[in-house]
Amino acid sequence: MIEFKMPALGSDMDEGTLDEWLVKPGDKVSRGQIVAVVETTKAAVEVECWQEGTVSELVVPVGETVQVGTVLATLLAPDERAEKPSRKRPRPSKRAATKPATAPSGAPSGAVTPPAVPQRRRWVSPAARRLAQSLDVDIDTVSGTGPQGAVTISDVEHAAASIEHAATTKESATKPITKPTAADRAAQMRKSIAAAMGRSKREIPHYYLAHEIILENALTWLTSRNALRSIDERVLPAVLILKAVGIAAQRFGEFNGFWRDDGFQPATGVHVGVGISLRGGGLVAPAIHDVPDKKLDELMDDLTDLVARARSFSLRSSEMSDPTITVTNLGDKGVDAVFGIIYPPQVALVGFGQPAQRVCVIDGGIRVVTAVQATLAADHRASDGHRGALFLSAINELLQQPDLLEK
Amino acid sequence: MKTMKTTYRTAVHDALRDALRDDPRVVLMGEDVGRYGGTYAASKGLLEEFGPDRVRDTPLSELGFVGIGIGAALNGLRPIVEVMTVNFSLLALDQLVNTAAALRHMSGGQFSVPLVVRMATGAGRQLAAQHSHSLEPWYAHIPGIKVVAPATVEDAYGMLAPALADPDPVVIFEHVQLYNTSADVETLTPTDISRAAVRRSGTDVTLVAYGGSLWKALDAANELSLSGIDCEVVDLRVLRPLDDDTILESVRKTHRVVVIDEAWRTGSLAAEVMARVMEGAFYDLDAPVARVCSAEVPMPYAKHLEQAALPQTAQIVAAVQNLFGEQQ
Repeated sequence: MIEFKMPALGSDMDEGTLDEWLVKPGDKVSRGQIVAVVETTKAAVEVECWQEGTVSELVVPVGETVQVGTVLATLLAPDERAEKPSRKRPRPSKRAATKPATAPSGAPSGAVTPPAVPQRRRWVSPAARRLAQSLDVDIDTVSGTGPQGAVTISDVEHAAASIEHAATTKESATKPITKPTAADRAAQMRKSIAAAMGRSKREIPHYYLAHEIILENALTWLTSRNALRSIDERVLPAVLILKAVGIAAQRFGEFNGFWRDDGFQPATGVHVGVGISLRGGGLVAPAIHDVPDKKLDELMDDLTDLVARARSFSLRSSEMSDPTITVTNLGDKGVDAVFGIIYPPQVALVGFGQPAQRVCVIDGGIRVVTAVQATLAADHRASDGHRGALFLSAINELLQQPDLLEK
Repeated sequence: MKTMKTTYRTAVHDALRDALRDDPRVVLMGEDVGRYGGTYAASKGLLEEFGPDRVRDTPLSELGFVGIGIGAALNGLRPIVEVMTVNFSLLALDQLVNTAAALRHMSGGQFSVPLVVRMATGAGRQLAAQHSHSLEPWYAHIPGIKVVAPATVEDAYGMLAPALADPDPVVIFEHVQLYNTSADVETLTPTDISRAAVRRSGTDVTLVAYGGSLWKALDAANELSLSGIDCEVVDLRVLRPLDDDTILESVRKTHRVVVIDEAWRTGSLAAEVMARVMEGAFYDLDAPVARVCSAEVPMPYAKHLEQAALPQTAQIVAAVQNLFGEQQ
């Protein structure tokens, strides 16, 4: 008998809610098949089963929240025979009300009092004003997060959702199963980020290194490579950077792995976690698997797919639990550099700021080149600054010879 | 069916060749279209195939040879007149505005002018201030003519046949940066000259573009998809009459619009599209309508200045991000 248990989808997860079963008793399951959807504080995650067999019994019903490690289902191994017919369980209850259509917001509030003396007329988009009227939401109580603080459609939707949520939680105090709303999920995610980052800063002696990487070669190479391709085959600079980090992490094993039980455990593959900020607040850092072994085109496809799924809250369990090192890129927000906090039990995080034009001295001459600040936050228990410097330099060197990244 | 890599240039060439083959009334004329094979090599070999009666080199006199085209059209031919660039076409504006566009109205419907004028437009090849402008909005201002801007290989081929079939003058703008672009196509067939096309469907913001700018818009959409902004890209295709329905339908879905136009912004097509969005979809807008246009200067020669004057992908990305405030 094989026991299929609630997986730990990241070190900050203690429990999860079973959202949906994708198999039923009697179904054959193959290695890597997605069998269930589990709601964590961060996302609804598709959970894979890594053993082959036939589903014998679904132990945990939909909607139940259980600790990590709890048996969710039992499977019969391919050569095993059922000893007794599996118990009939009541059908899992229907999924609760549909999710709100949009991402959670950091600032939904039905209780904000309007400013006493407004400086100017509040900016409300025409569409938001119309929507508020049709949903019966008092527009003066909605805070705006649009351009220049304007109230937009999504602000009104969040306000409407939180009013509805307040109403339904009052009504259904006896109901055991409630689907987390967008607002709940945002609050939960804040909590779990707080727990993981608090633990990281308490336990991990971080050291930080920075290096300016000139991107001239990489960008020129990429531009000419992209010029030969149609729009949807083009590769973005972020992918080159990802690949360079992946290859460097393969060479410098002490940055690729986990600190567990007072010792460093190097990882076998390099699975790079990609920091993705979610609209409306919060972030996740799911993995792109085996980065050094993938071609740039594959990585581009993987990245596009991952970002889209992260934002629609449909990641897989292996993506949540597998990252061996993390890359964070705050370039599109315009900052020069980011000094990150390591996501435990990982031991390193590489950060990139905004590529910008800088005046540099090259071969004794002054040139304007595009450069980016690369930073390394590393765990001093697992590595030392000397190796960290070599690791960052290796990333730099790889980006100077972009054709080596193609493979 | 097997697909073939076809360039925009070949598509224009094949459209001209097929038109000359299919209809004995079709003639091609313009500067260097015959012996030289076309300034952008779009009519290579046509003089040899169809002879000097049907493929004619003209003197450097736009007013004169566009006038001849109008006369030929009035007398039963289906002329295709090539003007080297839109900058030079200004010499022929009198013929187009005061004669070609006006005759049907002035004659009470007795005469029509089935003329097709093709011209190159746009910048990016360091041809400076007399060969690089995008003046198609001026043509889009004129009632009595149709104005189209093929941006894809399919349209480069497909728009000529319906243009020739149209009883009134049609002006075709081919962006100079597009001639070398290519696409995998099965067979080239006539398309329409009445509708805009959604080239990428998305939910968060509508990018409206045409001609050479379409590809910059698609590039920007690609880049924005990584930061989670899902762009819909509308290719105007027909600059006059504008296909309001397609634009407004998209705006009603996405609630945000950025218009990309390589012409100068004052009095541009971008301005017209924005006005129509405001007229037709004001209550669906969730952010101010934005645009990215060329800098209002004569096109510089120096490469970096030329690139700085033109709308670029990075500016489109920034313009889109601006519409989202803290909601990115």
